[in-house]
Amino acid sequence: MLRFITSRLLQSLLALYLIVTATFFMLRFVPGGPFTAEKAVPPEILRNLEAHYGLNQPLPRQYLDYLGSLLHGDFGPSFKYSNRTVNEILADKLPVSLELGLWSLGVALLLGLSLGIIAALRRNTWADYLATAVGTIGLSVPTFVIGPLCVLAFAIHTGWFSASGWYLPADRVLPSLVLGLAYAAPISRLTRGGLLEVLHQDYIRTARAKGASEARVVFKHALRGGLLPVVAYLGPATAGILTGSFVIETIFQIPGLGREFVTSAFNRDYTLVLGTVILYAALIMALNLLVDVVQAWMNPKVRLET
Amino acid sequence: MSTSAPSTPHASGLSPGGEAAERGSSLGHDAWLRLRQNKLAVFGACTLLVVALACSLGPLLSPYGYEETRLELGASAPGLRHWLGTDVLGRDLLVRMLYGGRISLAVGLSATVVALTIGVVYGAVAGFFGGKLDAALMRAVDILYSLPFTIFVILLMVFFGRNIILLFVAIGAVEWLTMARIVRGQVMSIKQMEFVEAAHALGFGRRRILFRHILPNVLGPIIVYTTLTIPSVMLLEAFLSFLGLGVQPPMSSWGVLIKDGAEKMEEFPWLLLFPGTVFSLTLFSLNFLGDGLRDALDVRSSKD
Repeated sequence: MLRFITSRLLQSLLALYLIVTATFFMLRFVPGGPFTAEKAVPPEILRNLEAHYGLNQPLPRQYLDYLGSLLHGDFGPSFKYSNRTVNEILADKLPVSLELGLWSLGVALLLGLSLGIIAALRRNTWADYLATAVGTIGLSVPTFVIGPLCVLAFAIHTGWFSASGWYLPADRVLPSLVLGLAYAAPISRLTRGGLLEVLHQDYIRTARAKGASEARVVFKHALRGGLLPVVAYLGPATAGILTGSFVIETIFQIPGLGREFVTSAFNRDYTLVLGTVILYAALIMALNLLVDVVQAWMNPKVRLET
Repeated sequence: MSTSAPSTPHASGLSPGGEAAERGSSLGHDAWLRLRQNKLAVFGACTLLVVALACSLGPLLSPYGYEETRLELGASAPGLRHWLGTDVLGRDLLVRMLYGGRISLAVGLSATVVALTIGVVYGAVAGFFGGKLDAALMRAVDILYSLPFTIFVILLMVFFGRNIILLFVAIGAVEWLTMARIVRGQVMSIKQMEFVEAAHALGFGRRRILFRHILPNVLGPIIVYTTLTIPSVMLLEAFLSFLGLGVQPPMSSWGVLIKDGAEKMEEFPWLLLFPGTVFSLTLFSLNFLGDGLRDALDVRSSKD
């Protein structure tokens, strides 16, 4: 198990390093710097700016400097917001996005698992069809269509929620529901499929023969095996929820990291873009690692393969 | 593996040589019969046909141009003259949706072709040659899987101009990973069958065996996953366009129309409703058709 975790960890670190390098050079080789947008900056001021941010150094030097400060956990100053560091901006925005992500994941799991379990146990009844219908809507209607429609229906027309912002606890409801719904659909499908496959197996019949109650059979015996596909899907799902927050935060005007990332990319704020990409990549990889470990813990078959 | 396997035309259809053609066609016929039983898949296929026909022919029949603005009209509600209403510049929404659909469908198809080509070749090579090459190639896919690719597509689009060709390539380059995994798995199981051994014994080259003997037998899963890749590609395009990073004005796509509609939805809800509905309906149809094909061609859903 330890060997398994170590090898995955090394693989993630390698990938992270590749991301940092690729993003760094991609940003430097594109036309237009962070200061070209400001009109008519006199050449001497431009030179001072570049000297201040170390942009006049040779590229390999800049790269090494950046890696060096990264190792100290320092993402450097922001190019766009003078006198703010990237660390400050990230620390400011990340909690908002994390909260949105956690709520959405909660919605997705709660809705997806319960729909999936009901659908599997009441196969080919109206409950199954309802779960399939909800799943299909979640799969086919994109968040950027459902989102504005929900704002229209539940904020503008009925006034139950505010249309934008992130101040009251009630402001969390619509964005988390919209983002979570998109991922509830695949989770319910995977749960249904996984459970159906497991419910036919001998050990379930044994459990029933022993006289275990139906609830115990489902929740104690079947779910452990049946949920493996769901656990495997959680890695891509969390990555999707993180990137999905770009759109959700734009629709609901939430001051989170997703919106900041899109804005910083438009502004060519190199250090902020790099910082955000690295943070996202690290988050996604950490979550993938966690998912791998949980998966291995749940299923000895996976553990033995590596 | 699944517990109930009704009929397995897959295994029986894998006969080598001259018989394959005749068997293959009956396999296709079986699949067609099964597909026709599936109402949702038929509904999906019909909807797609209507949407595709409307998008390709519709603009020719419309009296309105797609850029034709009538500012004095402004955003007018759906009516007899403009069936789906007009946008704030007085442009006919129906015509804009049909043109936008052309772009959305074109992006969907071409990016899928890019993904399909990379994925099939990559997966087939990994599965066929096996050993260290396979291990290295699939490890690379594992690593790529864990990368936040949407973020890279956004970076590409921001920094290298919002160019539609780049959009095809960037999206295609993201979506091939699953296809590669599936093709690899299939190739690995098929290459152990006797007819492949027979082909080796006959002295055929490896390239010929891979492309002429093995790949045709992987066609089922390839078709199914191609059908399922198109909606995810279209979704990614619309996602980018919604953020203002995809298709750029004066060109338009369903994603662009949804973005414009969402900005004006308070006063003119139809600008969001119609493009959103047509886009969702198309994704819905593609997903159902893909699922139907999977059942009809008896492709197992397991990815490993």
